[in-house]
Amino acid sequence: MNVILTIAKTHLLSKPKQTLVAMLGVTFGIGMFIMMISLMTGLNNFTEDLTKISSADIRLYKDVTEPRSTILDRIHPIGLNHVHSVKPKNESDKIRNARQIAEILREDPEIIGVAPRLTSQVFYNFGPVKLNGSVAGVDILEEDKLFNLSSKMKAGSLSALITTSNGLIIGSGLAKKLSAKLGDLLILTTPQGVTYSMKVVGIFQLGLGEIDNVRSYSNISTVQKLLGKDAGYITDLNIKTTDYRSAKLKAEKIQATFGEKAEDWETANSTLLAGAIIRDIMTYSVSITLLIVAGFGIYNILNMTIYNKMKDIAILKATGFAAKDVTAIFLTQSLIIGLLGSLMGLIMGFVFSLLLAQVPFDGGELLALDSLPINFDPQYYVIGIVFGVLTTALAGWIPSRKAGYIDPIEIIRGI
Amino acid sequence: MKSVLLKTQGITKYFHDPYTFQVLKDIDMEVYKGEFLSLVGKSGSGKSTLLYLLSTMDMDFGGKLNINSEELTGKSPDYLARFRNEHIGFVFQFHFLLPEFTALENVMIPALKLGKFSEAKIKTKAMEKLDLLGIADQASKVSSKLSGGQQQRVAIARALINDPLIIMGDEPTGNLDSINSKIVFDTFKRLTRDLGQTIIAVTHDEDFASRTDRTIEMKDGKITS
Ligand SMILES: Nc1ncnc2c1ncn2[C@@H]1O[C@H](COP(=O)(O)OP(=O)(O)OP(=O)(O)O)[C@@H](O)[C@H]1O
Ligand SMILES: [Mg+2]
Repeated sequence: MNVILTIAKTHLLSKPKQTLVAMLGVTFGIGMFIMMISLMTGLNNFTEDLTKISSADIRLYKDVTEPRSTILDRIHPIGLNHVHSVKPKNESDKIRNARQIAEILREDPEIIGVAPRLTSQVFYNFGPVKLNGSVAGVDILEEDKLFNLSSKMKAGSLSALITTSNGLIIGSGLAKKLSAKLGDLLILTTPQGVTYSMKVVGIFQLGLGEIDNVRSYSNISTVQKLLGKDAGYITDLNIKTTDYRSAKLKAEKIQATFGEKAEDWETANSTLLAGAIIRDIMTYSVSITLLIVAGFGIYNILNMTIYNKMKDIAILKATGFAAKDVTAIFLTQSLIIGLLGSLMGLIMGFVFSLLLAQVPFDGGELLALDSLPINFDPQYYVIGIVFGVLTTALAGWIPSRKAGYIDPIEIIRGI
Repeated sequence: MKSVLLKTQGITKYFHDPYTFQVLKDIDMEVYKGEFLSLVGKSGSGKSTLLYLLSTMDMDFGGKLNINSEELTGKSPDYLARFRNEHIGFVFQFHFLLPEFTALENVMIPALKLGKFSEAKIKTKAMEKLDLLGIADQASKVSSKLSGGQQQRVAIARALINDPLIIMGDEPTGNLDSINSKIVFDTFKRLTRDLGQTIIAVTHDEDFASRTDRTIEMKDGKITS
């Protein structure tokens, strides 16, 4: 074995308690990091999944809130125009040529599916119960492609909707509140006062209270009828892309091509996702603090070892070890401490993550969640060990370098 | 014919702490191959300081140092470390051994550092050196468990392990009783006589000095004889 490694090993083994304490410092730092990052990224992924339940990668719609340019602006584009009391125009939120746009988008290799949608506010009446909610007119097969609805069905089936023109698939929360079962007839009333009798052909549960409690799906033509609109009337196109991470860029391209507002899922859910950044900051700041503490521990212990080993250093240098060899001896010690400590930390973090994953967690009626969501992505274990070794290398570097520059004569003379 | 192994030219050295004063004044000396040289002088005359310079551990001086026809002044510290490892064996007044290692490991370490031979070969060589000093039976003992005399003999075995050009000792018997002093002196004598080993030893022991091949005396940083 390499003589430097042999000496480093002997030094470590001659003080096993001190070595262990130094290692445990790193172990706790890395263990906490793994545990926190597993929980935090688990939560992040969970919120992301939640938003993905309700939002498509990209939603194309007509944005009627966009400020409208006045006629004056159009005639005098360079002048300083001021028009008082500009009132909004009664604009339709229909997407023009929605079906053609959908066809064009479906040709795009980066797009997996395009689902048209038309939503209306409604009151659900069933016996004495009257509930506020919304009905989404969809092409149920396209919708299934985007949101995987068939796996979320509690009762009935998607295909029943296709064969039943006044069919309705209702959310599980809604079904519960209305005590409605398959085959029941519900009376739907629109804000315009139109009433329509519809038959429950399915019950879905997305696991998100805000949807399950209010929404139902029906055929797009039924909702068009409810609203008294023509067969081309579609307000939303939901788009699924091959890579939802780059949905933002794709949305910008689509918006530029078709001139309608295209919003990606991250923008649509920015308030929900903001928590992710805060959780990341917390995780990293706590872990880095712990590692710095561990680093100081190693720095101290190594300094002490070097102080106790002054005589040995003098002997080594007198017998022909160069400054870099002496530095290597002590740096090796801190790297061994760092590597073993980090490995133990990974194991500790993994065990604690497993335990955390067992912790029962009640998401209330809003979230279908029975235990904490924990992420076991190996990527964080790699980051953990790199972090641990880097910290100990840095903490060990300063005293090790100093050890290399110890003047042997001062020690030989001074004894 | 005597061939010169070590040669100095006009070596001067100053200390600046607490005030500047000159420790070594224009030292010219030659050491011949295979001789047992002793360095004597009053306390504070600069013997140790000179020996540290000759051993290349302290290169902060004026003048020239030449060992084995190689000019060593101006060489890098790493080069000098390697040179020391290969060509110079040092024996201190206090038996300086690495306390956690066995006697055998202490002897082996400089050779492992040099890396010229396999570990197995180094082990046999180290055992030979320990045997030469009559302490082969102590080889597997942790060095801190050895007696003072035994430790000093291990240190000499360590100095010999890489077959150095010169062995330097700073009062190698200074801390030993008369019996152990005799053993160490006899060993040195035997090394020069039988193996042609060159040895420089600083000593306060007049008896020791008188029985070496040649004695150099120092006074106030100068060589007087
Ligand atoms: N690092 C230093 N800084 C300042 N002065 C020093 C230093 N080292 C040695 N000296 C001084 O240099 C002089 C020579 O010291 P040196 O140790 O070489 O003497 P010596 O001949 O070996 O003495 P002794 O026989 O007592 O060991 C002494 O006066 C000592 O005080
Ligand atoms: Mg001295």
